[in-house]
Amino acid sequence: MYDIIGKKYIFIGISALLLIGSIVSIGMYGFKEGIDFAGGTSWQVRFTKKPTSEAVADMLMKKFDLQEVIAIPEPTTDSIILRLGELTEENHGVYKAALEKEFGAVEELSYETIGPAIGNELRSKAAWAFFAVLLTISLYVAFAFRHVSRPVSSWKYALVTLGTLFHDAMIPLGVMAYLGHTQGVEINTNIVVAVLVIIGFSVHDTIVVFDRIRENLRNEKSSTINFDSLVNRSMNETMIRSLNTSLTLILTLTALLLFGSANLFYFVLVILIGVTVGTYSSIFVASPLLTLLKR
Amino acid sequence: MNYRNYRFSFIIIVVTAIAAIFVSPQLFDAHYTFRPWRLGLDLVGGSHLVYEIDMTNIPAADRDSVSAGLRDVIEKRVNLFGVSEPQVYATKSGESSRLVVELAGIKDVKKAIEQIGATPSLYFAKKVEFETDNGTKIPAHQQTILTGRYIKGAQLSFDPTTNAPQISLTFNDEGAKIFGDLTGELVGKPLAIFLDDKLISEPVVQEKITGGQAQITGRFTIKEAKEMVSRFNAGALPASIKLINQQTIGASLGTDSLHKTALAGIIGMALVVIFMALYYRGIGLIAAAALLIYAVLTLAVFKLFGVTMTLAGITGFILSVGMAVDANILIFERSKEERRKGVAHETALEEGFRRAWPSVRDSNITTMMTALVLYYATTGFVKGFALTLFLGVIMSMFSAITVSRALLRTISK
Repeated sequence: MYDIIGKKYIFIGISALLLIGSIVSIGMYGFKEGIDFAGGTSWQVRFTKKPTSEAVADMLMKKFDLQEVIAIPEPTTDSIILRLGELTEENHGVYKAALEKEFGAVEELSYETIGPAIGNELRSKAAWAFFAVLLTISLYVAFAFRHVSRPVSSWKYALVTLGTLFHDAMIPLGVMAYLGHTQGVEINTNIVVAVLVIIGFSVHDTIVVFDRIRENLRNEKSSTINFDSLVNRSMNETMIRSLNTSLTLILTLTALLLFGSANLFYFVLVILIGVTVGTYSSIFVASPLLTLLKR
Repeated sequence: MNYRNYRFSFIIIVVTAIAAIFVSPQLFDAHYTFRPWRLGLDLVGGSHLVYEIDMTNIPAADRDSVSAGLRDVIEKRVNLFGVSEPQVYATKSGESSRLVVELAGIKDVKKAIEQIGATPSLYFAKKVEFETDNGTKIPAHQQTILTGRYIKGAQLSFDPTTNAPQISLTFNDEGAKIFGDLTGELVGKPLAIFLDDKLISEPVVQEKITGGQAQITGRFTIKEAKEMVSRFNAGALPASIKLINQQTIGASLGTDSLHKTALAGIIGMALVVIFMALYYRGIGLIAAAALLIYAVLTLAVFKLFGVTMTLAGITGFILSVGMAVDANILIFERSKEERRKGVAHETALEEGFRRAWPSVRDSNITTMMTALVLYYATTGFVKGFALTLFLGVIMSMFSAITVSRALLRTISK
């Protein structure tokens, strides 16, 4: 049996470092918002003549006197993704004609333009969904563990769950903030959903450990309970399961990451990071925190 | 007891076989297309257009009927594009009313947008005078409630004296009454006619017109007049609309995404099956079989309910495959523990199922709650994902508890 509770400060410390690093990363770099939040146009085009992305961006900026055009090459489909401000349908046609004149035949793989009104609305919906999910999960955990009161009361289980969920959500977001700064990766609705999915999974693992603690508490005589060692035993009993479950998830996610559609790459990546971090936190952070909160 | 397990396993296998044929009839006969999959725009290519409806001049009580009318008119126009199953629906978001148009597999989006918006938005206006602070009076037009939505039909006609082309409008009963009242009120005064926000003509009303007929004489050519007549007859838009969001995905990208995601799903599932078989041996194979049954049944449920499969939806489903094994792992680990305590093989398995249940239940309920919040709080991409995840989790609980147990009982006698 591994003594995890005995080394709890090391494990909690690692998590604390990662968490602080993520918060600093978010604070320093902020998020680069995708067009569904900030408004604007994302236009994926493929040229038969294969001009460089810089040439395409330069041409559009010069010809239409635009402030900023970002062109990112997308190797898996051999195309270029253009980012511009919001466009009217007339301008879309005009720009396309200009591209065709300059670079020859253009195939439009995708085109999306979003006004700022919708962006604000999506942003508030995303925030609302985020808090609604956290709240319902915490309430459910408090409810599911309502009969457990000794030596740690049920609302503390909910509190610890909430804390680890926050941890699991912040770390992938910290990575995204860093990637946003270095690679121009954006936070869009997909990423918000990915974070919510992480929360949903992470709570699985945490609940399984807590459920075992609940069961072991029930079987023990309350006078002889040593909470720390009981928690440690419960963790060891559920560890293989947590690791195996995460492994199956990581297998499917890796397959999606490597072979799936490039459109969802960062969506899958965020979930993959979150699931990994979530497995760690449910084993090495959630239960040790619980022992710290006992009366 | 044993006989019942055999029978149940047999039923499951038969149902799964039927579901498999239902899900992918092409596997059995390439020409057979029974109930095709409903694929989202991101997989077949197409356009998702969101229009904002301008409701500023429409009384609150009429807004629902206006957006319903608008929907009908646009649906008529969209049906002319020859796209299969075009979707046109009205949505509300806070104060604003919107209209969503989905055109799967459309080739020429630009033309479609032009034709949807090609709107003689017609209204009649009175001449009023605004008094400014320093007392000068500025003439202005004030829009009346009489708009294109009250028009029943239009015809091309010619002015009997000048022979200039003109458009004869026929109002519906309600429109005829409003037009009658309006002309009654404005005898001797001008009544302005605006088309696409441009002043077309401003005749002086001679007398109250009760027949529900009006002529618009402007400076149009015969061609222009003809075009306008055909647009009016297709139905003028009862309110003006503005395109605020467009998403178009080319067919080639869609097909590419579909193939890649399907491939990733198959590889992911194969990896899980291999892992389960290596780690848990015999019972792992049973779990893998249960997983396959799960996948087939879940896909059948999606198809049965007509769930539109999008890229996000398929991803949600693949994730639920990863999760579906979770319940089985929980149960197997539990049975292993029981066996280490010296409990007999079969009893250990039963205990595993019994004791793992609270964890399985609690963790799945939280995922379902997450999916529900996602479904109700969001739109588009997220809705499809939330729906497949929710259905997937329900099916996975069923398969882990019922299917694997029945298969295991049958095999381990």
